[in-house]
Amino acid sequence: MIRPTNHLIRNNPDMSALEQIALIVGMMSVTFGVRYSVLALSGRMRFSKRVEQALRFVPVAVLTALCTPILFKPEGTWLLSFDNSHLVAGVVAIVIAAVTRHLLLTITLGMALFLVLHLGLI
Amino acid sequence: MNHSTSARSEFFAGMRAIIPLVIGATPFGMLFGALAVSVGLSWWATMGLSLIVFAGSSQFVAAGLVGQGASVGIIVLTTFVVNLRHALYAASLGPYLRHLSHRWLAPLAFLLTDEAYAAVIHRFEQADESPNKHWFYFGGALLMYVNWQLWTVAGIVTGQRLKSVGDLGLEFAMVVTFIGIVVPLIRRWPMLVCALVAGAMALLLNGLPHQLGLILAALCGIVAGVLIENFLPHDSSNESSDQKQP
Repeated sequence: MIRPTNHLIRNNPDMSALEQIALIVGMMSVTFGVRYSVLALSGRMRFSKRVEQALRFVPVAVLTALCTPILFKPEGTWLLSFDNSHLVAGVVAIVIAAVTRHLLLTITLGMALFLVLHLGLI
Repeated sequence: MNHSTSARSEFFAGMRAIIPLVIGATPFGMLFGALAVSVGLSWWATMGLSLIVFAGSSQFVAAGLVGQGASVGIIVLTTFVVNLRHALYAASLGPYLRHLSHRWLAPLAFLLTDEAYAAVIHRFEQADESPNKHWFYFGGALLMYVNWQLWTVAGIVTGQRLKSVGDLGLEFAMVVTFIGIVVPLIRRWPMLVCALVAGAMALLLNGLPHQLGLILAALCGIVAGVLIENFLPHDSSNESSDQKQP
């Protein structure tokens, strides 16, 4: 059976059209802003060693911070149990990624396991 | 390699160089379209994010945050942080593009992605004096862009069909994608500490309004990583410091 509750679709009134436009314009500004300003200026300036060092941690920090709540609190509260298909499949995916370092394999196997657990096939 | 260096041949050589990366990005374009629609973004906003923002992983993050009910301001702030890594790419490419006018720099900046950078930086680092290397960049980046749009459309169509099927856990597809990206990046202690701190803080700060916890947790992780890197004795020499996360 498909379980009715979902981490991402709970209490979520859809964004208004205006908010969606603001979202696009806002994201465009910061995305293009970063890319363009640095590209145009980097002929003349350089990042300090410290800034460059900090920037290298950005992807790991942001993406990990994004994922852990979904893994450990899929319904918004702690769920440390084998019933938590997000956590079980997530941990397996981490192991697969660590061993194989293969992106598509990680996604395919992780998602397959998740669907099997999530849809209650086992 | 024997490059002909006319604008035209550089343009097509850039396209050829990026093809493997374009193929690799294809499922993510589709996944983004489906996820964005399933969390309640309209089809036109989903398309708008791909057409106008064009930033793969921040588009995913934005869709995830929309689903969690985050405010526009927080999503934009998060996008800014997620995209800071592009500053590194831009800083690396900038010196090669110094001679170009802003009419060139603007589209090149707009089209800058992880894939474009990976595909074109080698061309710039080659020693030959081709005056048209920016056409190589433009060709590759443009192909990436067009392909991303096509698969976003496919994802939107699929997402709208899946809506009626019910909850398939599309957001987990995003999580597992990020796991596949992040885990191989963790090769040294400081990076592992960064991930652990960011992950733990994200859980602790999860209750903050507007998903503000994500940004704060990421900042904690970055600070922790930098501190460890600066205070641990360096052993960047070998693979023995490779970390496999449990």
